[in-house]
Amino acid sequence: MMDGSATPPASAAAAPGGVRIDGAQVADRAYRWVTTAFALVVPLLLCLIAWEVFAAGWPALSKFGLGFFTESDWDAVNGRFGAAPAIFGTIVSSVIALIIATPLSLGIAIFLSEFAPRWVRQPIAFLVDLLAAIPSVVYGLWGVLVLVPLLRSFVMPFFKDTLHLGDFALFSGPAYGPSMLAAGVILAIMVLPYISAVTREVLLAVPRSQREAALALGATRWEMIWDAVLPYARSGIIGGVVLGLGRALGETMAVTMVIGNRPEISASLFAPGYTMASLIANEFSEATSDLHVSALMAVGAALFIVTVIVNAIARWLVWRTARTAA
Amino acid sequence: MSAAMQAPPLSPPRQPGGRSYREALAASTARTLRRRRITNYVMLGLTSAAALVATLPLLFILAHLVAKGGSSLTWGFFTRMPKPPGEAGGGMANAIVGTGMLILIASALGLPIGIGAGLFLAERRDSKLATTVRFLSDVLNGLPSIVLGIFAWQLLVRPFRHFSALAGGIALAAMMIPLVTRATEEMIRLVPVSLREAALALGYPRWRTSLGVVLRTALPGIMTGALVAVARIAGETAPLIFTAFGNQFWSLSPLQPIAALPMQIYNYASTPYDDWRAQAWAGALVLLVLVLIISLAARFATRSRFGLGGD
Repeated sequence: MMDGSATPPASAAAAPGGVRIDGAQVADRAYRWVTTAFALVVPLLLCLIAWEVFAAGWPALSKFGLGFFTESDWDAVNGRFGAAPAIFGTIVSSVIALIIATPLSLGIAIFLSEFAPRWVRQPIAFLVDLLAAIPSVVYGLWGVLVLVPLLRSFVMPFFKDTLHLGDFALFSGPAYGPSMLAAGVILAIMVLPYISAVTREVLLAVPRSQREAALALGATRWEMIWDAVLPYARSGIIGGVVLGLGRALGETMAVTMVIGNRPEISASLFAPGYTMASLIANEFSEATSDLHVSALMAVGAALFIVTVIVNAIARWLVWRTARTAA
Repeated sequence: MSAAMQAPPLSPPRQPGGRSYREALAASTARTLRRRRITNYVMLGLTSAAALVATLPLLFILAHLVAKGGSSLTWGFFTRMPKPPGEAGGGMANAIVGTGMLILIASALGLPIGIGAGLFLAERRDSKLATTVRFLSDVLNGLPSIVLGIFAWQLLVRPFRHFSALAGGIALAAMMIPLVTRATEEMIRLVPVSLREAALALGYPRWRTSLGVVLRTALPGIMTGALVAVARIAGETAPLIFTAFGNQFWSLSPLQPIAALPMQIYNYASTPYDDWRAQAWAGALVLLVLVLIISLAARFATRSRFGLGGD
């Protein structure tokens, strides 16, 4: 009963008979045990996931050591596994996504929380939220049948022929369509609602007085946002972006369908690549040797660690803003 | 700025006819004000453009789905079984039922655990265990779904050498638990303390107060959270491809491989057959409508703030 919530000495004082007090106390204790047990499922489940994935990945990790993460040779037939191309692809596709999505999300959040009149705010916020509801595989389908052909026949020729950037490593090589760029664009659309939702929430948490003070000093609306609101919300906004990064790193189906799935490191945005998640999704059901399965599990374990770290940082940043605003 | 400098800065204006100074100041103020206003409007334009650009992909995707999926969406799509490529007129009846089955299994596991854990977090909000559980629940929520897929494969498929709906359902339940836990905790916290105190004062034992009064009051909100969680897992593919695996035939057994709508879309999308691609579009349209109906129902049922599936 020492749990800090408002606790009148309830059942014991009010109940008339001793037997009922005991019965109620036993039931109360049972109730507490049951909810505690349910709550313990969460940590246990997480430990179980970590254990299963790490144990299964251990044979590959112990065979290849650190080279597993630095070697770029992924050859299932000859039993050589280096995950560097997938790690590279995961980072690059996520960074492309953030470069596209961050300014857009920030713009949306600022527009919705500071500029837009009420009747604009609700429908647009609703539409952006809907982006988060679309299943990954639907993004993938749209990506592979609409976006990729669009990139291949318009965007890539535009960079190569119209802007003559084909000599730069970033835009070199043949334009197949499925590419790092396609993955980055799809990921940008997918993480945009998450970043903008967190940013909007953080902006709304900035106290009114902060805004009023800036306006009273004669600031324009934008000056108020730039000088008074954004600095206040900065760490929360960064938290939102990091949260989006966490989503982008682990996103699987849509990326698998548009990235081209080739374990090579290339400087070109137009070249196909691989991410850690798409490597698992694409090869797992075809993995025949135990070592191949174990290597894929090790990639999963690495993904596990990276997303946990990234999410923890994001939570901490958002929590810090929420606390100073409170 | 430079115009303002022309005026003698230190000596007090002897002759009050410091006209040029005042004029210069006024002029420069007007100039900077104009510049500041222009910046303001440019930024207004940029941010509203961002909002517009962000809604474009949604409209594109919806338009393509309706245009390409709508044409192959017949009654047979819902009632028939998949057919080999080249044969027209197949459907996804088994995949639609399979998705329902997987949602049932996941909810049967995820809802009680999530609600129980949420009750615990709400009632013991500041204890060390509660803080830990809350944090780990966020961690679980942030795990990529593919990791849950390989986990369920390692746990339930590898030892039994057999894909099963149960394994898929468990992977989905692991996604669902943190969402339901969070929703339950937030909803229970919204219930006024006075309600709990009133019940306790009337001599209700604590467990009946919690379950019969507090939980019951919060139930509509919790159901909203549960619906959001269901909408989220209904479209998941990654946790299923190594666990539920998919099935070209009719199956309701939890111990057999089972088809699911998102998996079927994935399998059909990557084939070169036009029939199957058309089926994939139709399937995507059905899946999206399903997910949207569930999330809209959740949103408008209680008008709570659970607009986004998780965070």
